[in-house]
Amino acid sequence: MNRFAELLDRLVLTPSRNGKLTLLTDYFRSVEDPDRGLALAAITGDLNIAAVKPAMLRALVVERMDPVLFGYSYDYVGDLAETVSLVWPQPQGHIPDHVPTLAEVVGRLQAASRSDGPRVLARLLDDASISARFAIIKLVTGGLRIGVSARLAKQALADLGQVDVAEIEELWHGLTPPYTALFAWLEGRAEKPRSAALALFRPVMLSNAVDDNDLEKLEPTDYAAEWKWDGIRVQAVCEGGVRRLYSRTGDDVSGAFPDLAAAMNFEAALDGELLVGDPREATGTFSDLQQRLNRKSVSPKIQQQYPAFMRCYDALQIDGEDLRALPFTERRKRLEAFVRTLDPGRFDLSPFVEFSDWETLERLRQAPPHPIIEGVMLKRWDSPYLAGRPKGPWFKWKRDPHTIDAVLMYAQRGHGKRSSFYSDYTFGVWSGPEGSEELVPVGKAYFGFTDEELKEIDKYVRDNTIERFGPVRSVRADRRNGLVLEVAFEGLNRSTRHKSGVAMRFPRISRLRWDKPAAEADRIETLQALLD
Amino acid sequence: MFKAMRASDLLKPRPEGLYCPPGDFFIDPVRPVGHALITHGHSDHARSGHRSVLATQETLDIMGLRCGEHFAGTTQAAALGETLDINGVAVTFHPAGHVLGSAQICVEHGGMRIVASGDYKRQKDATCLPFEPIPCDVFITEATFGLPVFRHPPDHEEIARVLKSAAQFPERSHLIGAYALGKAQRVMRLLRDAGYDRPIYIHGALAKLSEYYQNQGIDLGQLEPATVESGSKADFAGAIVVGPPSAFADRWARRFPDPISCFASGWMRIRQRAKQGGVELPLIISDHADWDELIITIKETGAEEIWVTHGREEALVRWCELEGIAARPLHLVGYEDEGD
Repeated sequence: MNRFAELLDRLVLTPSRNGKLTLLTDYFRSVEDPDRGLALAAITGDLNIAAVKPAMLRALVVERMDPVLFGYSYDYVGDLAETVSLVWPQPQGHIPDHVPTLAEVVGRLQAASRSDGPRVLARLLDDASISARFAIIKLVTGGLRIGVSARLAKQALADLGQVDVAEIEELWHGLTPPYTALFAWLEGRAEKPRSAALALFRPVMLSNAVDDNDLEKLEPTDYAAEWKWDGIRVQAVCEGGVRRLYSRTGDDVSGAFPDLAAAMNFEAALDGELLVGDPREATGTFSDLQQRLNRKSVSPKIQQQYPAFMRCYDALQIDGEDLRALPFTERRKRLEAFVRTLDPGRFDLSPFVEFSDWETLERLRQAPPHPIIEGVMLKRWDSPYLAGRPKGPWFKWKRDPHTIDAVLMYAQRGHGKRSSFYSDYTFGVWSGPEGSEELVPVGKAYFGFTDEELKEIDKYVRDNTIERFGPVRSVRADRRNGLVLEVAFEGLNRSTRHKSGVAMRFPRISRLRWDKPAAEADRIETLQALLD
Repeated sequence: MFKAMRASDLLKPRPEGLYCPPGDFFIDPVRPVGHALITHGHSDHARSGHRSVLATQETLDIMGLRCGEHFAGTTQAAALGETLDINGVAVTFHPAGHVLGSAQICVEHGGMRIVASGDYKRQKDATCLPFEPIPCDVFITEATFGLPVFRHPPDHEEIARVLKSAAQFPERSHLIGAYALGKAQRVMRLLRDAGYDRPIYIHGALAKLSEYYQNQGIDLGQLEPATVESGSKADFAGAIVVGPPSAFADRWARRFPDPISCFASGWMRIRQRAKQGGVELPLIISDHADWDELIITIKETGAEEIWVTHGREEALVRWCELEGIAARPLHLVGYEDEGD
């Protein structure tokens, strides 16, 4: 239990991806079964433990200590799980005979009945160290929130076994905690586990961005072109009555799209883009799609207003036949025939973009027929469906980003390598009537500049600080003074959370405009005109 | 027992600090005064400009190193455990376990005995003498970590985490932020006690004090200045560097390869605090008493009354009330929180 608690403590405070991977692989390497598998399940969200409500936790602790002292403590710390882990009084004269393993903790929690739960939890907390108490409370209150995605955990497993992460993703949904067979395979002690489970995820094929000189080396007749739709890349898999809708990373998202899942009455694995609207009439915009994202439950009204459908790109399997080794031309033929048999309100085909040379395609790319198109995809006619991001068969050629000129307003210190640099920038544009313009923040960016430029901005921030709040500095920014940043972004959404009313997608610094006077930066109206 | 003296007549808070009217001296005054008794060398307690200073020899030495030779008109060294008479008031210095030379000051007059703890801790520390509980009528305690959430783990466990991390990330350097007097030397000593025998790189602000500790017989092993001249970026791979916390947010820190920022402080108990400061590896090592140490010390002194100086006094006063011990905050100003 203590090793798991220590792992959580380190992961929470480690910002870099590589640092997290090292911590995870070291943990998986040094901890035995079944503890490591249970830790893995806790991180990927696959561990099933009945939840304890915060009110119950609070009740348990004030039975054991002065409520006023608990109140002072909670006010100071601000996080319930952490406060309880720190103030939990160890019973007088109670010396635990041994530190429980993660497996014992999980076993006792899972075996507890609903009415028994709080008592079992209290006994576990009595026996645990402060860090272990924190970890136990995190397990029972649901959601570790340690900044580690399931994908990252799988990457750590891949590093451990020196295998491709795609292999792990393909296996994943057929496995259950504590993943003993998986670890045995990764450590070379057993064969790769075979999964009998149905409707498994198949690792997705991804594309590379078109670089400056790529196209002149490519023959237009070797490639098919399709629009690049800016929805959610999904994989719809139905096998023997099991239906699953997976995200690009293999997470099961069926629950969020019950309307689409209900229409999946076939035997196949299809690759495509999830969008909203009715494909026979109109495709929804990105703002429409947002109505369906990050929701815990989807009301019938929302499902009706913003119905989900799938625009199909590829067929990986149809009626039990694995098509992945076939060339794209062949797969596409099978896909076209297959999609015709599906509910036309829920499935359609991603249309080809006809072109004879790159110049024609460039013109089409610059003026796409729908706002949710973010460029074109190029796919070699002869390419098999390969997991991962092979260089050559598939390219994405995105529409050029939007840019605006904004003024640097706040700078925050970075993390890790950048902890001595002010590297996270909040920028704003002008708003208000002429003569009394004010800057209103419109976004935050922390990359897009070179190391050399970072040093220059850092110096500028230090020389022009007007106020400090912890790690954040407020930088001089008015009509006459200020650093203008050219900011590139992919799109704009309405936002009720930001004072400016807009939120940028994927903003980054594209150029430093040392030459440009702050007063000549853009106005908020320029951004408002871009809202669809 | 009959007390000829009320506690509040023997010591009372004044804007300059805690004042003893019969003895005509101040304890840890924050402004220049005539006669100052000083508990330890941290700059918020040991200020320059007093006419005369009474403190342990180590504290006088440290003040000299930090403020220059002429930090006071006259100085007198107090030997631990020896009682001095100051205008009829009996004054005795006892070890406080905070930093090298730190002392509690026991003041006795007319049957009334008050002990001013200064800053103190109860965890063992190889760089200074351990705290001695002194029975008294009134115990004046600090309360820097006076909340039940502050529970300092054993310091050797914290140091073991640095060494484990250094083994896990041999290509990176570990930067340990530690207060220049006391904490830094304790951290270095803990590293040595844990078997770390490579050179420890130190920031210039630590040099004089660390040398002083070494001359006092506290072995810190081989210390090297963490200057660019002493090595290129690659030379600091795998190195452990100790410096004042403020330096790590500064341009100074850029000479180290992909540093892991560590901070040795009792505040590191609170995750959010570590996170806000960009600390990747918090080390809960403090020279102040944690909650459990505060309450056990209060009990051990047997004091009927507790005065709380600086820190989170409300929780400690509340605890005393629950235990039936009279307690009040003194609201002294001018003392800083550790590492803030």
